[in-house]
Amino acid sequence: MGNFCATRTGIIIVGGSIGIMATLLQYLGNPPNMGICVACFERDIAGALGLHRAAIVQYIRPEIIGFVLGAFIISLFVGEHRPRGGSSPLIRFFLGTFAMIGALVFLGCPWRTLLRIAGGDLNAIVGLAGLAMGIFGGVLFLKNGYSLGRSQPQKPWSGYVFPAFMLGLFLLLLFSVSFSEGGPIFFSASGPGSMHAPLWISIAAGLIVGVIAQRSRFCTMGAFRDVMLIRDFHLISGVAALLIAAFAMNLLLGQFKLGFEGQPIAHTDHVWNFLGMSLAGLAFVLAGGCPGRQLFLSGEGDLDAGVFALGMIFGAAFSHNFAMASSPKGVAAFGPTGVIAGLIFCLVIGFAMRERVKS
Amino acid sequence: MTAKKIDARGLSCPQPVVLTSQAIREGADALEIVVDNEVSKENLLRLAKKYNMRADVREENQDIVIQMSK
Repeated sequence: MGNFCATRTGIIIVGGSIGIMATLLQYLGNPPNMGICVACFERDIAGALGLHRAAIVQYIRPEIIGFVLGAFIISLFVGEHRPRGGSSPLIRFFLGTFAMIGALVFLGCPWRTLLRIAGGDLNAIVGLAGLAMGIFGGVLFLKNGYSLGRSQPQKPWSGYVFPAFMLGLFLLLLFSVSFSEGGPIFFSASGPGSMHAPLWISIAAGLIVGVIAQRSRFCTMGAFRDVMLIRDFHLISGVAALLIAAFAMNLLLGQFKLGFEGQPIAHTDHVWNFLGMSLAGLAFVLAGGCPGRQLFLSGEGDLDAGVFALGMIFGAAFSHNFAMASSPKGVAAFGPTGVIAGLIFCLVIGFAMRERVKS
Repeated sequence: MTAKKIDARGLSCPQPVVLTSQAIREGADALEIVVDNEVSKENLLRLAKKYNMRADVREENQDIVIQMSK
């Protein structure tokens, strides 16, 4: 039995489907140009848990939960659930932290970058250029023998931990649990955190994406990396399909507005849009996957991917608490500091983790 | 000619492909790569197609062995 989703046609259909679902999620209530954003949504989860207190971005996003659980369920079904881990988890945690810091300076992960472009937000072209630049840097490290080392098979139940954590979050959301007066779980009353599609639609969409993305090995970073590293256009065909489908849907749904100024949940600081996404792109390459891919892997039992995702949640909390996260007004006081620190970290790791001299 | 052996178990994307394509560029025309997951297998089969190499897959214990030759 072959894996149709992993064929060229399959991944194009998957990418197109994701583009359609994301724009529909926006239509049904998710924030503008943010039908799906792994970085923003993990940040919203961090907020809901009280890890940061930015009141306008607090909501347990079911899409993230669906990504993990959908990948978990389908991987069990097809026999690809394989607990493994131990490949430099601490480094991966901080790669996730800095990837998020970079993404929150730009205000989007690669998925949202594509959706913003599909919505007419030209600032996201700058972000995409930065992402490509960061990925290119990561590719150079890969060519020079960069590796975080082999992972080891882990015991079966270790592969259930991250899905169980996600299920726990879903229950907290479903029952609107409150742990104390004025305490978490927080639900934004205004701002992007208050904009969300109906819960059941979000979780269903997340589960479907989790399934099809796991099967197709969809990865927005790998798409660019493979073109640069091995001239392979397989993954990028899926990304192109996402972009085209989202663009078409936005035109249909009246969600398209072309320009730099006044774009929703976006700013026009071209330098830091570029550099923020460069950091994110570099970190994703060094960690082996875009943030969506890391969630699908974590559902499959990849503990290192789970650690990366937790690093991103930590990074979101850090970013908002330490005035690093941008807003529509522009970059925050320590956003540039965070990006520079992250780039230094990634460069050090890129050089330090080489395994052989380039031949 | 003996096949160049590559142990790519425990290595995640893109390393199995990087190691294999490097070996091919260095002149190996027969390779035997051991991986432990479907994704690596799929990626390597795609690589073989790209380099116009023949690829045979067999399972050995829990692992997947891909034999590539020109």
